[in-house]
Amino acid sequence: MNARRVSTGRRFGGSVMTLLAIMMLVLARAAFADTPAEAGNGDAAAVASAAVAAPKVDTGDTAWVLISSALVLMMTIPALALFYGGLVRRKNVLSVLMQCFMITCLVSIQWLVVGYSFSFGPDVKGLIGNLSWAGLRGVGAAPNADYAATIPHLVFMIFQAMFAIITPALIIGAFAERMRFIPFCAFTLLWATLIYDPVCHWVWGVGGFLRNMGALDFAGGTVVHINAGVAALAAALVLGRRAGYPKFVSPPHNLPFAVIGAGLLWFGWFGFNSGSALGANGLAAFAFVGTHMAAAAAGLTWAIMDLIYNKRPTVLGTISGAVAGLVAITPASGFVTPLGALGVGVGAGVFCYMSVAFVKGKFGYDDTLDAFGVHGIGGIWGALATGLWATKSVNPAGADGLFYGNPIQLWIQLKTVLIVMAFSFVGSLVLLKLVDIVAGLRVSELDERIGLDLTQHRESGYTVID
Amino acid sequence: MKYIVAVIQPDRLDAVMSLLEQKEIHLVTVSNVMGRGRQKGIAEVYRSHKEAGSLLKKTKLEIGVNDEYVNATIEAIMQGAQTGEIGDGKIFIMDLDECIRIRTQETGNLAIG
Repeated sequence: MNARRVSTGRRFGGSVMTLLAIMMLVLARAAFADTPAEAGNGDAAAVASAAVAAPKVDTGDTAWVLISSALVLMMTIPALALFYGGLVRRKNVLSVLMQCFMITCLVSIQWLVVGYSFSFGPDVKGLIGNLSWAGLRGVGAAPNADYAATIPHLVFMIFQAMFAIITPALIIGAFAERMRFIPFCAFTLLWATLIYDPVCHWVWGVGGFLRNMGALDFAGGTVVHINAGVAALAAALVLGRRAGYPKFVSPPHNLPFAVIGAGLLWFGWFGFNSGSALGANGLAAFAFVGTHMAAAAAGLTWAIMDLIYNKRPTVLGTISGAVAGLVAITPASGFVTPLGALGVGVGAGVFCYMSVAFVKGKFGYDDTLDAFGVHGIGGIWGALATGLWATKSVNPAGADGLFYGNPIQLWIQLKTVLIVMAFSFVGSLVLLKLVDIVAGLRVSELDERIGLDLTQHRESGYTVID
Repeated sequence: MKYIVAVIQPDRLDAVMSLLEQKEIHLVTVSNVMGRGRQKGIAEVYRSHKEAGSLLKKTKLEIGVNDEYVNATIEAIMQGAQTGEIGDGKIFIMDLDECIRIRTQETGNLAIG
């Protein structure tokens, strides 16, 4: 089975082309009874190429993916910005918002110039795309049948751009409140180009070696969440703990912001997952419903665990749980039933809760906003859970998981997870160290005490006296 | 002249203010503060990270009064703020060296009232 990042347009594109070619061949033979048999191959080739030459743009699919692109952008600004922003201290709120906004600007341009080409362009040895699409050369209104046969290629590109944007933004959670701004920008650009683009190509690009291996990642559990989550762990280790951690840590300065952010994330995630069906169809419906149910299950699970361990369900816990569920369902959304999604959600609630509440404290690393605890662990669980609950009854182009009688997929998922974890962790470590040596990653002790808003941006998030 | 600082429970402010009005004490400065007496506070929990005993929200009143009004002020505050529960608060009374009304440059007892 060599279906990888399974989009409906991609799958049906190929099948429909083949079907059309066969039909036209049969009709041609019937219509031209005197055509010699030997010319059949020539006919088939001519007919096949005629069919392939004109993939048709579907207005419903295109509208849906365009909207989804906007939804995913919203997940970075302002959903993630507010979610993270509300969790940091008052004096650092702007720094988080600014990092999200600047990533949007930087990575959008990087994507246009080289990123898209590296990620999805013509394959080089299964590892990276070449630069023939640099500057979006050749990427226009006509569909690219390899990726999405019913929407303009540009639409697929911009949809993917939003994923490329939010992935580095997730890492912010690990180094919040202590990273210098310009080195942060440099690191983001390097990471997007040298870590995100290759991993994206491996899992989703035509010819990518993990795609060819059969890895299932519907909307980015590996490419986005494990990738960013593990990079976050690396960043937490390289930048070190905040002053006073863990004894003196401030509570979230604006939990209402965080709730708004989480709600917008849930809302936008429908674009993230359901949009990855690349079509307005039944698969999108499964992805939408699965996304929603997993979030609900995970939020509830975390609230219950809070009740058990902390005697009160908390707001922060419930929204963190919901986000963890959304992370976990991301790779699975186009492959599992709604019931399977519930299972994914409950698992996300349990594993991410334990990671944040128990494991982090034990090891003592300062993953400030739990980017690894939620996105890393959630992504790993989600990728493996895909290997458990995937079923071809939801997506024929996917595979069956362990619970449907096929243990092989779980093994493929595990291999994929380990490879991406290793690459992302080591690669991110190297990039972080590099930028640290050249420019210095961490703010001075004094600047950290004063706050990043004032020291990095000369701005205040909130006036105290008019 | 005395300077009276009272730290009270936030929800008792309305009661205290109306009692002060009744006793003809109109000039006051009120602020939101955080504080703790012998209460340990309510330990907050964020993603299972437990805070040590917290500060609690309180309300602070600051009133400058002529000596004749000191008792009336204290009575008003005590009546309005006292509930019998832990956390009712405290009143501090300090000597006031000087008081100046900015608009008219009056000083002393005239400026206070």
